[in-house]
Parts: sequence; C-alpha cells; structure tokens
Amino acid sequence: MEALVSQLFAGLSLGSVLLLAALGLALTFGQMGVINMAHGEFMMAGAYTAFVVQKSIADAGVSLLVSLVIGFLVGGLLGLVLEVTLISRMYHRPLDTLLVTFGVALVLQQLARDVFGAPNVDVRAPTWLSGAVEILGVGVPKTRLFILGLATLAVVALGLALKLTPLGRRIRATVANRDLAETAGISTRATDRLTFFLGSGVAGVAGVALTLLGSIGPTLGTNYIVDAFLVVVVGGIGQLKGAVIAALGLGLLQAGIEYSTTASLAKVLVFVIIVAFLQVRPQGLVAVRTRSLA
Amino acid sequence: MSAVAKIWGNERARLLVGVGVAGLLLFVVAPGVLSDFRLNLLAKFCCLAMVAVGIGLAWGRGGMLTLGQGVFFGLGGYLMAMHLKLADAGPGGVPDFMLLYGDGTVPAWWEPFRSPVVTVLAILLLPAGIAALLGLAVFKRRVRGAYFAILSQALAAAFAILLIGQQKVTGGTNGLNGFRSFFGFDLADPVNKQMLYYIAAGTLLVMVLVVRLVMRSRYGELLVAVRDQENRVRFLGYDPALVKVLAYAIAAAFAAIGGALFAPIVGIISPADVGVVPSIAFLVGVAIGGRATLLGPVVGSIAVSWAETSLSERFPSFWTYFLGALFIVVVAFLPDGFATLGRVRLRRRRPGPDEPADTSDDEPAHDEHEQATASAGRTA
Repeated sequence: MEALVSQLFAGLSLGSVLLLAALGLALTFGQMGVINMAHGEFMMAGAYTAFVVQKSIADAGVSLLVSLVIGFLVGGLLGLVLEVTLISRMYHRPLDTLLVTFGVALVLQQLARDVFGAPNVDVRAPTWLSGAVEILGVGVPKTRLFILGLATLAVVALGLALKLTPLGRRIRATVANRDLAETAGISTRATDRLTFFLGSGVAGVAGVALTLLGSIGPTLGTNYIVDAFLVVVVGGIGQLKGAVIAALGLGLLQAGIEYSTTASLAKVLVFVIIVAFLQVRPQGLVAVRTRSLA
Repeated sequence: MSAVAKIWGNERARLLVGVGVAGLLLFVVAPGVLSDFRLNLLAKFCCLAMVAVGIGLAWGRGGMLTLGQGVFFGLGGYLMAMHLKLADAGPGGVPDFMLLYGDGTVPAWWEPFRSPVVTVLAILLLPAGIAALLGLAVFKRRVRGAYFAILSQALAAAFAILLIGQQKVTGGTNGLNGFRSFFGFDLADPVNKQMLYYIAAGTLLVMVLVVRLVMRSRYGELLVAVRDQENRVRFLGYDPALVKVLAYAIAAAFAAIGGALFAPIVGIISPADVGVVPSIAFLVGVAIGGRATLLGPVVGSIAVSWAETSLSERFPSFWTYFLGALFIVVVAFLPDGFATLGRVRLRRRRPGPDEPADTSDDEPAHDEHEQATASAGRTA
C-alpha cells in the first residue's frame, strides 16, 4: 500500500513537472503548429532568473515569489522577441521553425555558459518548503507538493483565461480555424504574439519551479524538452485537457515502469508505448476536429 | 523529345564531370596534400557526410525531417565496435571493459558478433529494419510533419539514455574505444589508416551515386510527389507510407554504415555521438549545403565539420554561437541552401498553399514544409 502511494506521488510529481514544461508548448504548438526547440532554454532562463533574484533578495521565501513573477516576464519576453524576429517570418514552414529555434537554443545555452559559468548553481529553497508532509503514511517533500500546486494553478489560470477573457476567445478561435478567425476580424498576428508571450512565460515559471528540485545549469532545458514534446504529441493539439492528461499519464507510467525496471529502460518502454498509442489515436488524446485528410 | 534528350545528355555530362572531379579530389589530391592526421580527419568527415546523404534523401527529397539519425549512426558504430572489441579479445576472450564493469562474461547476444559476416550483415540490415518498423508504425497511421520529427528525436533521447544506463554491455558514458585492429589489419599502422580513408571516401561516392540512381527512377519521382502532395499520390493508388518507409530505411542504412566506419577511424563510439544534439547537428550541414540537391548535403556536411574542427579548438564558445547563427540564418533566409543560391532570387515567393480545400490547412501541425522546398525538387 505504502509503496503504491509513494509511487503514485512520484508519478504525480514527475507529471506536474512535465505539465509545467509542456503547457506553454501545447499552447504555441496548438495555435501555430510551431515546434519551439528553444522552449527548454526559456525554462533555463526562468531558472537563472530565480538565481539572480535570490542574489539581490536574501529572504528565500520572498525571492521565490518574486522570481515566479519575474521568471514569467523573462520567459514571456524571450518568446515574444523570438516570435517577432524569426517565427513570424517563417509562417508556412513549421518544420523549418523547429530548426531555427534549435539554433536559438544553442545560442542561449552558450550565453548561459558564458554568463553564469558551466558548473551548476544552486538556489536555496525557502524554509517553509523544507521537510516533508505525511500523506497516507508516506512522506512527501513539500517542494514537490508546491510544484504540484503550481502546476494546478497554472492549468486553472490558463483554462480560465482561455474560457473567459477576450484574448482566450481569440486564441481558441485561431486554433480552431485560423482563416475563419481572420475573416471574423480577429488579428491572428496579434493573437500569435500574445500566445507566444503567454506560453513562453509559463516556461519561465516552470524554470523557477525546477530550482526547487535541484541545481541548475546550462543544459537544464535539454533535459526536459524531449519529454515535453512527447506530452504534446500524446495530448494532441486540443486545448489544455490533452496536455494535462498526457503529462500526468506519462508521469505515472514512467514512475511505474521505473519502479519495476530501471530508469533507462523505462524511457525506452515509454517511447514504445507512445508509438503503440499513436497506432490507436494518431491525432493524440484530444484533438480539434477537422475535416482534413491528414 | 529532343529537348528531353538534350537535358538528359547534359545531366549525364554534368554527372560524369562531377564524379570525376570528386574522385580526383578524394583519391588523388587529398591523399597527396594532406598529412596522415588530416587525412584521418577527412575520413571521419566522410563518415559524417554519409549520414548527411541519407538525411538529404529522407528530408530533402522525402520531406521527412528526422531528428534522430544519431540512433542509426550509433547502432552502426556500436555494432562495429562490438565486433572490434571481441576480435581484439581473441576467440573466447572477454573485452576489457566487461571485466571492469560487468561480471566478466560475454552476454549471449554479443556472441554472434564475433563473426565478421554477421557483423557486416547486421550493420546493413538491423538499423534499416528498425527504421522500417518505426516508419511503418508512424507513416501508416499518417503521423507526419512535426509529429514524426518529435518521435524520431525521442528515439534518439531514449537510445542515448539506454546506452548510458546499460554500462555493463555498452561501456556507459565512455562508450566503446581502444580498438587495435580492423578485420585483421593493425589500426596503429598508418598504411591501414590510409586504407580506411579510401574505404570511407569510396563508400561516400557510391552512396551519392545510389541516391542519384534512386532519384532518377520512378520511385524517386514518387518520393518527391509524396513530399509535395501526399494526398494526390494516395488518390492515384499508391501507398505514400511505403514510399516514405523505403527512403527512411535507406537513410538509416547510410547512417549506420557511416557509424560503422566512424568507430575504427575515430577509435571511439560513445553516447555523446548519438544523442539529441549530435542528431540535430547532422542537419546543419545538410541545410547549409542544400537539402534537396545531390551534392549539397555532402559538401555542406564536410564544410561544417571542417570549420568545427579548425574553429572550436581555438574558440570553443564562438563555435557554438556560430553554429546557432548558421542554423538561424540558413534555415530562415536561405531554406534551400547554398547549392541553390543562384536560384533564390528567381524563386517565386508563394504566400501560402495554392491547393484545393482538401489539404490539411486547418491543422497546421501536419503541414509539411511543402511550400519551402517545392521549388527545390527540380534541382537534381
């Protein structure tokens, strides 16, 4: 029983990290069909933001909260700049944007290495997040619970924003049918920019959250980007629902397989399971209905 | 018909000249001018260029952006390395790293690779088979575009992690290294090193010719047609999935052969050569040279490797910026690569798909880069 609960929490915790990493990706991918390889580096930027903020604000509790806000802005602005300078120019070439953003990722990684040094750095967790909470007889680290809460908050906030705000309506309309949205008077260009800002901002927040789990380095983004992509593929290009189910599902799956085999075998098995899953649902769990042949 | 005959004649003449020049450069000039060390480097670049030729076929001609060629490169390299390690250990011997990390016995699935014949067959067939299986699973279900790219990338990530995790049989992060002989020839002997160079250069030339042959065939036309208008090909009664699978499998076999020669030439194959980043790095040479041309990937790949070796030792951080900038500039502003530089100005800029409503317009994730490379299809 205890083993089961502890595995369940390990899976949920991995899933919530994946979810934070993939939320922004799902948003920009669903909207524009753009695979942003630099998304992981936006997370890295968020993580280093937390590091810089902590240098100026000694109180770890306050600096974490401030970092979350600034991390969102840093990630968002990076995304906005990327969208305006490069992605908007390559509108009908989604596969090429993948390569371009990989170039951006390389540059950002090297920049981090030159500015902050190649060795990893640490961000202190606030005292109110140290220790563990006992749930069903299992000790769960508070930091993990905090990330789970943060992921939930991010999903709820994004979900409400998509549902209720005018921007959310425009985003949903653009995802469903870009041409029709344009015809209806929505500036899809402006919507794209705001979506990219929002999605990249979430990446920044994810980066700040990751500082609670361990030290941070220039390759932080690369460690998460592939898994985040897989979440988007499995979830489909629908709204947030797909990403949430896929992230938690993959997290639980990975943790479950890891329990009975090894971490490296689990990675391969998860990949095989995903390919098998795509045989059943090639469009992912939740997809916008279209009449296209693809 | 005379016009067709004229073009054919010209093409053939161009090919003869091209092959002649390439052969002269690779087999006469390079060995005459370069030191043993430089020649060995060139041999290594030839191996990397083999992967590029395959990517040119799958991506440039077939429209399949594969971010995971490192997997097949690595498979070829590791298969060859297993044989070399076993051969060095002698009949019934155990490779040194297994004594270090493992329990001192050779696992049963290693045993067949004591035979050179099995090894060569495995290098030719196993990676191509895996590519065909994955391709069938993916393309049959019409997963394509960015989805395929992500899956191939995930495969590379999983493969690298698996190699690192199974240290007892793969050598872990260190990989397999310290080979002493290559099919009975002493690797320390410069003459044998030179022989390896000739093998690599010759193989590369043969691969280019194979791709040309494939592209001149009916199948080659189909491949380009699938890239540009998959649904129309389907309506004509062909199965686009099979067309794609074949090109992907050929690309995998090319990458595997490149890896298999890379291992003895460089003396090491490790997870650092096969993961996500090296897999994507293979693409830059192809993109720069011209993805849909015959010689573009080869020239681009060798040029990038050469620049990397000469620049990164002196300015390691500058090289990474430079590589990133190359990716950005070439892909964003020169999508067809330098091989088509002269044609770029003439190319008609098309705002969007000039297609009837039956294409996947409302699902941008599935849009191939048809518009970008449609004009490049002619540059054979």
